[in-house]
Amino acid sequence: MALDPGTIRDDFPIMCRQVHGRRLVYLDSAATSHKPRPVIDAVTDYYERFNSNVHRGSYQLAVEATEALEEARRKVANFIGASRDSEIIFAKNATEAINLVARTWGRANLGPGDPVVITELEHHANIVPWHMLTAELGIELRWIPIRSDGHLDLTDLDRLLDGARLLSVAAVSNVLGTINPIRQLADAAHEAGALMMVDASQYTPHLPTDVAEMGADFVAFTGHKMCGPTGIGVLWAKSELLEEMPPFLGGGEMILNVTKEGFSTAAVPWKFEAGTPPIAEAVGLGAAVDYLSGLGMEQVREHEVALTGYALRTLNQRYGDDITIHGPTEPAERGGVLSFEYKGIHPHDVAQVLDRSGVCVRAGHHCAKTLMRVLGCSATSRASMYVYNDESDVDALADALADADVFFIE
Amino acid sequence: MPDLEDLYREIILDHYRNPRNRGELDTPPATRAEGFNPLCGDEVIIYVQVADGVIEDIKFGGQGCSISQASSSMMSAAVKGRSVEELQQLNHAFRSMMSIEPDPDDPASTNGNSADVKLGDLEALKGVVKFPVRIKCATLSWHTLTQAIEEAQATS
Ligand SMILES: Cc1ncc(COP(=O)(O)O)c(C=O)c1O
Repeated sequence: MALDPGTIRDDFPIMCRQVHGRRLVYLDSAATSHKPRPVIDAVTDYYERFNSNVHRGSYQLAVEATEALEEARRKVANFIGASRDSEIIFAKNATEAINLVARTWGRANLGPGDPVVITELEHHANIVPWHMLTAELGIELRWIPIRSDGHLDLTDLDRLLDGARLLSVAAVSNVLGTINPIRQLADAAHEAGALMMVDASQYTPHLPTDVAEMGADFVAFTGHKMCGPTGIGVLWAKSELLEEMPPFLGGGEMILNVTKEGFSTAAVPWKFEAGTPPIAEAVGLGAAVDYLSGLGMEQVREHEVALTGYALRTLNQRYGDDITIHGPTEPAERGGVLSFEYKGIHPHDVAQVLDRSGVCVRAGHHCAKTLMRVLGCSATSRASMYVYNDESDVDALADALADADVFFIE
Repeated sequence: MPDLEDLYREIILDHYRNPRNRGELDTPPATRAEGFNPLCGDEVIIYVQVADGVIEDIKFGGQGCSISQASSSMMSAAVKGRSVEELQQLNHAFRSMMSIEPDPDDPASTNGNSADVKLGDLEALKGVVKFPVRIKCATLSWHTLTQAIEEAQATS
């Protein structure tokens, strides 16, 4: 059954609010999604009914809190098709999850001249950690280029992967919406003897995720873009890798024993979760994946394909050559992220004018400056859609865009 | 919500559409500085030629929104031919108008008495204060000019 954004909107309390006296038209879910009532309730409920520290107390509250945290881990594992719950490492966000891999697996396995391959469309979260290892260890960073149609240019893939140790790629671009051929890339990486990491930050919220089907070794994503709270992200990795990897941060929770001479580490996954974890946030993420599963991820994807198609048609028909929408033209090849340029008006100014009508879009480089350079611009306006958006939001965007002419077109 | 008309005043849009002093200068004799707004990707490049404590010529380049581009243009027009000392007063007055506290480490921001400084056309940027996220767009060119001047003084 198709999603009904009208009913879904009722699940999201923030949708009741007005902005500058207008209905909220939220088109910035690629930055962060809103939170449905069950997620907000789960977080509140945690604090109201069983708040206590985990893995430490033997009293009833602590037992319940620990159970809630581990239950959330189970839910997330099921949601992405992980074969074991212990393959789910809770981190602060996707950025921390990627850094965890660079700092632990990377430091233990990479040395001078070892190639790590990424792409020109990565978010800074999947660029800077590797730049840091270049500075620290002298690894070689290689880049898969993108074509003008927004897809990766895989012509030279074999050469780029020659001798590579890791290929790390965003499953969906947060600027162009491009859905990358993850399985094909993972197979090529493995063929070349490299591991495969997927930055699924823009994928897991929008498409059914199956880490085994992706063929990945590491998958990172972030809770706040998939109806969950801020402050919680996930690293999934194969058990064999997690067992071998050194710990990340040191402190409580991640140890088995500590003496004056040293320490031994706790079992996976706790080995990577030093300190008191984001318990309420994890519980909230558990509720978020329940919510999304209730909608059905196939349905979520169908809804977004239809809405993206509508948005591409509406904006192109109405504005023709006055609008340039970057990225793939086929809705089936992309997520619901539309980066556009309108009449040469600077995105900051476009976003400012849209705000007056309650339309929230992002303007800027979207943490993808290398991609901006390839696109030949310093910024774009970006409208991104989710389960609570419908055609009326696209129409509101299209209508409000014309207001920019008043100021900027003579 | 504050009116967009307060932000996009006609004089600002005029500087945006018809920027003054856009271009480059030879370095040397000019010095060059680049400024970035990491939030939105705005980039400003300032070329400034200083001789005997006077800003003889100034040009700017880069990419950015109407506010950052207009602010660069208006600033260049305001400071060209002025002494570095006058520039510091102007800079201070501009920063106060943008509601930015003086920076104790930056003599330019605490020197001088801004009350007597005439901002002229720059006054038009006052409306930006009502749109706090845009303040950085307006001040980027001033930061960058300060850097370019420091460079010029260091090399002379
Ligand atoms: C593709 C991609 N990767 C990584 C991130 C980083 O997410 P977070 O800031 O939650 O760590 C984002 C979100 O901005 C993203 O879109």
